[in-house]
Amino acid sequence: MWEVVDSGNLLFARNQMALSLGWHIVFACFGIAFPAIVVFTEWLGHRRGDPVLSGLARTWAKAMGVLFAAGAVSGTLLSFEMGILWPGLMDRFGEVFGFPFVLEGFAFFVEAIFVGVYLFGWNRLSPRAHMLSALPMVVAGVAGAFFVVSANAWMNNPVGFSLDADGNVVDARPWAAMFSPSTWPQFTHMWLAAFMVTGFLVASVYAVGMLRGRRDRHHRLGLLIPLAVAAIATPVQIGVGDWIANTVADNQPAKLAAMEGQYETTAGAGLSIGGIYVDDELRYALEIPYGLSLLVHHDPDGVVPGLEEFPADQRPPVNVVHLAYNAMVLIGTALLGLAGWFGLVWWRRRRLPRTDWFLRAVAVSGVGAVVAMEAGWITTEVGRQPWIVYGLMRTEDAVSPAAGLAWGLVAVVAVYAVLTVFTVIVLRRLARGRETLAPQEQEGVR
Amino acid sequence: MTLAEVVLGAAFLGLVAYALFGGADFGGGIWDLTAGGTERGRAVRERVERSIGPVWEANHVWLIFVMVVLWTGFSGAFAAAVTTLYVPLTLAAFGIIGRGAAFAYRKSVGTLGMRRFFGAAFALSSLLTPFFFGAVVGGVASGRVPPGIAAGDVVASWANPTSMLGGVLAVLVCAYLAAVFLCGDARRDGQDDLAAAFRTRALGAGLVTGAVGLAGIAVLRADAPLLFEGLTGRGLPVVLASVAAGLTALVLLWTRRYTAARIASALAVAAILTGWAVGQYPYLLPASVTVEEAATGRATLQALLVALSVGSVVLVPCLVYLYVLFQRATDART
Ligand code: HDD
Ligand code: HEM
Ligand code: HEM
Repeated sequence: MWEVVDSGNLLFARNQMALSLGWHIVFACFGIAFPAIVVFTEWLGHRRGDPVLSGLARTWAKAMGVLFAAGAVSGTLLSFEMGILWPGLMDRFGEVFGFPFVLEGFAFFVEAIFVGVYLFGWNRLSPRAHMLSALPMVVAGVAGAFFVVSANAWMNNPVGFSLDADGNVVDARPWAAMFSPSTWPQFTHMWLAAFMVTGFLVASVYAVGMLRGRRDRHHRLGLLIPLAVAAIATPVQIGVGDWIANTVADNQPAKLAAMEGQYETTAGAGLSIGGIYVDDELRYALEIPYGLSLLVHHDPDGVVPGLEEFPADQRPPVNVVHLAYNAMVLIGTALLGLAGWFGLVWWRRRRLPRTDWFLRAVAVSGVGAVVAMEAGWITTEVGRQPWIVYGLMRTEDAVSPAAGLAWGLVAVVAVYAVLTVFTVIVLRRLARGRETLAPQEQEGVR
Repeated sequence: MTLAEVVLGAAFLGLVAYALFGGADFGGGIWDLTAGGTERGRAVRERVERSIGPVWEANHVWLIFVMVVLWTGFSGAFAAAVTTLYVPLTLAAFGIIGRGAAFAYRKSVGTLGMRRFFGAAFALSSLLTPFFFGAVVGGVASGRVPPGIAAGDVVASWANPTSMLGGVLAVLVCAYLAAVFLCGDARRDGQDDLAAAFRTRALGAGLVTGAVGLAGIAVLRADAPLLFEGLTGRGLPVVLASVAAGLTALVLLWTRRYTAARIASALAVAAILTGWAVGQYPYLLPASVTVEEAATGRATLQALLVALSVGSVVLVPCLVYLYVLFQRATDART
């Protein structure tokens, strides 16, 4: 059985996990959303016989190949880390929530195969066959995201098993475990986030180019298509944000209290923005009266439980969660503004807003979307603390006590620092349009 | 066969596939490493790059597949093994990262210096990753992973004679497989001199692998008596089959029948792995945890079985399509 004392590994393991996941997720977003955007552009270019569109699709496909490679290698490390860092979780609950990872394995297998086919087959397959070969990629990317997120949703909201008197799992039902109440809201939110991150980031590359004076059709279309995608996803995302917040309120009240920095259980609770939480009190925050009760219960007098309801050793670290949550919502609102501006001008005039301020806003929107997405994950993960499986298993009981584990963090930091530098160098070369090859392509065939 | 054995068998098939496809990938990197200076080694490097470009990512998902099936179906034993062996596993994972990234990025960088740096990183990690995986297998097979989380010695579990043997054998097998596979690829593309060069390499690597394997029997006898007993007892037919397939492969290589040599080599490698599995049966972690003891609940195993069956119906045609497209397209260009 797992008898794990706090071996001093906890802090290191948490940071190692957070760094690896935080890195992987950026590339995962591209794996989910980019194939759809690329093949759409390819299709449009083919239908209109427009070489600019086809050229964009070609460039993006190369970037997709590089990003996919980065996602694949970082994902491989993650699947090692789940076991190496959190053996207590695997040992006790692996049979319940490991299953979606198996399905995820199949999804990524299909995705990896068709990334190879798609890039390799660019000039070798007929246009129709080539575009069709992107479809499995699109489907597999979405399915893969669903399966991993459902594993995470299970950690937030464990279902699909029973425990005996000693707390051992009996009667694991892996299919049921995939569909916890958090699964659909979390998946939908993540899926949309992937389109926002990919859309705004790609658009921002072209916005920077346009600000530097390259305002040709290539740059305009390169900005327009991904931005349109992101702009459609943004308002929906805000709506889903409300759904997911309600799910959290129903199932993880301690997380919600931490997100809001709420100590006392209050009826008609206000929505606090910013501030610092010291001595069980949120100071210097901006408060919108009744805001929280309205958001959570859609009723100004609804009762929102505060952190006082939970024993001190079952409260998540408030400041991190509260600030991360605020950051996500704030950035989300700002992006909604940008999407609205773009949408309005497009609807009225069929063109992009003409001011440079618009381009500047698009130029920072990519980083903004990434920050919002990372902040969302920090809210989810840190807000679940001290539990690794909400209400059932504490993170400190899951961590590996192996000697020397802390060095893993040092090594992972070093490896990822190098990897990040090179990834950026390679992507910049691609963005500048130099003749380069994606990893799945072959020398000598263009 | 029990349900647990079927599921474990599926994971084992995944492992064999990883050893064959992923192994040949790693081997390609090893030949890249030994190809010599930039000019002299160019032909070999380009050949390697061209052969693994479109397939390397798919080839590596086999590993993920094996891991996730084990952690779902055999959670406790999995947790015990990965925590005790976390050092070589982490190093192998770093190798996979370095290798994948370097291979992917070196095509996109311009300067010769950068290309060399990535090339070196690619080649070196191709050597280290199979070595550490081999060491992991050696640690498990020699019974150095006790049940319980991080219960084993985190150093001695992989720094020991059987693990070293496993590591060296893994590297050799990868190099051998790659050379055999590359012979065929080179000839198909009309590069007969390259095919000849890889043939020499394949013959050399095959002979060395065989010799190390034979010498290894002595190591196992001293260091892993239980495995030795299994291999020379119940596992003997499989071991002999492996030897026979290996010898056949060498003859086929000698007579330049590369396609048949591929099949024989693959069989030889699959048989070695099967020998290991048969040798340590019925234990998952010798000599403390049997397959049955390690298996998780019935519903989970059933779900796994369903997923594996349905999944392979989807997967196998996709994989075949990838390899066929790739081989055919390369043909068409020459
Ligand atoms: C571009 C990204 C992005 C944007 C603009 C938003 N979110 Fe978000 N949010 C995420 C990206 C994200 C995420 C990274 O995808 C998370 C982490 C876990 C998850 O399922 O989604 C997340 C988690 C997350 C959670 C925690 C869920 C949990 O713990 O189970 C809540 C309550 C919200 N979000 C609410 C919102 C609201 C009310 C938003 C309105 C402005 C919002 N999000 C905008
Ligand atoms: C579906 C995918 C994910 C799974 C299965 C998962 C799982 C885990 C696990 C097992 C831990 C360690 C235990 C714990 O601290 O509770 C953890 C911690 C953490 N993860 Fe996630 N995670 C996922 C996605 C992400 C992503 C995308 C991020 C991006 C930033 C992230 C950020 C973190 C952070 C910051 C921690 C540390 C929390 C803390 O200990 O304070 N997670 N996650
Ligand atoms: C919310 C969290 C996550 C999402 C949305 C996600 C999504 C994806 C996607 C779409 C890919 C395809 C490759 C790419 O395009 O980059 C990928 C790759 C991968 N992910 Fe994640 N992932 C998440 C977290 C995790 C976690 C927690 C693990 C491991 C335990 C993991 C393991 C992997 C592996 C092994 C690969 C490589 C598969 C391959 O080679 O194709 N991912 N991920």
